[in-house]
Amino acid sequence: MTELAYLGAAVLFILGLKQMGSPRTARRGNTLAAIGMFVATLTVLISLTKPSWTVIVAGLVVGSTIGAVLALRVQMTEMPELVAAFNGFGGISSMLVALVALLQTRALWDNETGVTVMLSIVIGAVTFTGSFVAYGKLKGLISGRPISLPGGKVLNATIATAIVILIVVGVTGDATWPYWGAVGLAAVIGVLGVLPIGGADMPVVISLLNSLSGVAASTAGFVIGNDALIIGGALVGAAGMILTLQMGKAMNRTLANVLFSGFGAISSAGVGDGEEKPVNRATPDDVAIALAYAQSVLIVPGYGLAVAQAQHVTKKLATLLEDKGIDVGYAIHPVAGRMPGHMNVLLAEADVPYDQLYDLDQSNPMFQQTDVVLIVGANDVVNPSARDDSTSPIYGMPILEVDRAQTVVVVKRSLSPGFAGIDNPLFYMDSTMMLFSDAKAALENVIKSLEDL
Amino acid sequence: MSEVFISGIVVFVLAAFVGLEVIAKVPPTLHTPLMSGANAISGITLVGAIIVAAATGGAGTGGTLATVLGFLAVTAATINVVGGFLVTDRMLEMFKKKPGRQP
Repeated sequence: MTELAYLGAAVLFILGLKQMGSPRTARRGNTLAAIGMFVATLTVLISLTKPSWTVIVAGLVVGSTIGAVLALRVQMTEMPELVAAFNGFGGISSMLVALVALLQTRALWDNETGVTVMLSIVIGAVTFTGSFVAYGKLKGLISGRPISLPGGKVLNATIATAIVILIVVGVTGDATWPYWGAVGLAAVIGVLGVLPIGGADMPVVISLLNSLSGVAASTAGFVIGNDALIIGGALVGAAGMILTLQMGKAMNRTLANVLFSGFGAISSAGVGDGEEKPVNRATPDDVAIALAYAQSVLIVPGYGLAVAQAQHVTKKLATLLEDKGIDVGYAIHPVAGRMPGHMNVLLAEADVPYDQLYDLDQSNPMFQQTDVVLIVGANDVVNPSARDDSTSPIYGMPILEVDRAQTVVVVKRSLSPGFAGIDNPLFYMDSTMMLFSDAKAALENVIKSLEDL
Repeated sequence: MSEVFISGIVVFVLAAFVGLEVIAKVPPTLHTPLMSGANAISGITLVGAIIVAAATGGAGTGGTLATVLGFLAVTAATINVVGGFLVTDRMLEMFKKKPGRQP
């Protein structure tokens, strides 16, 4: 019976994930998956004989409280941090499951169990520390710039080799210390692995850690011989891997490239040579006039919009333009923001209907017929040198080809290069107007000017 | 290799393929909620945490350290599950179509 109930939970996970693929059914899909989790949890609780209830109930109560508070308090702009943190909690839980099993049943293990315990420990620990370094970077506690350590690659390779040795010693011998050693070394790998990765690569990193948290759950399932964990973990591992590869593709970079090269470190050389190039500085009035006389406007949101919490004022401006009969849409790059789909969530929060949001493939053919493109806090994803300049570090990355529009308005705090640290020729074009300001203040001023027109 | 282990691998591989098929065509709009929802599902490790925690607290059950780690395992997994599903629901609640425009 227990096995069948777990199977039911797994089916609910799959149906839930399936329904999360369409905006109309997504919320129901999430509910289905949650019901699946409830079924699985109830099943395990019923199946226990003489358990120590205190430990279980205490964990459930404390965890539910913390989880609920985090989920209900979080600002939508902080979603990447929260997902990173949740990934970390999932990872450490899988690692702890393996460690408790180590304390309880070590004497009974065959070699396969030893290997899965090791894998669970290593993947869980890497996910845990990696996620919290990512959390620190996203939260601004650690610099978003790539931090490269001298001899980083050699160090990582040495630690990785040491872990492999510990696995062999631990699995073949009777001692438990190699397992504890693996915890420590894997934790260090997680930190050293994520520290050198720049802020612009965070969408890839979060997706990868998401995938790892699933694989960790799966390996924990092998440790205790439970199919529900193996299936649930494998689903998440696969889902995270797809997103990881899609994000990599959206930046024209392989996973290995993201993980093993400090991106900002190589590209910052290109900055600073074009300081004196003239730009068209615009006032909010200029922008208001350009917008008021347009027939079609596409808004390109970027991380700057999120930082300034400007999603609501953006929506207000869009509504104002729509009331004037202007066609308004949003063009969203896959890696805009700090996690995949982050911009879509922010705009949804501001009540922007999702059918006004266009992805890369949809929006690029639209720019040519667009009168005004309004770029709010985006930079690298609209940089034409990714298309035109084969010496650019981001050459080959698919971009939103905003330079094909009649007029481009860039709202940006300064001319400073973005996360990738690369100068943007778009800013110096004749058809580009630069409005230097914080995104929120800028758009508020534009709205004021529009209302006064 | 034991049969349990091999059947575990079979289940893992099949489930991974199901995951790839189910997720492959999700539109970018839903990537964030999908990720946080999938993240909540990876909290299935809660079942494992409950199983190992249940066996702590007595003689020959891993001692105090096991009890503490078991408690932490249940707590961390529950944070992941409860927080993950709640925040995903919060996000998806906001996804709306333009009023009046039907597909």
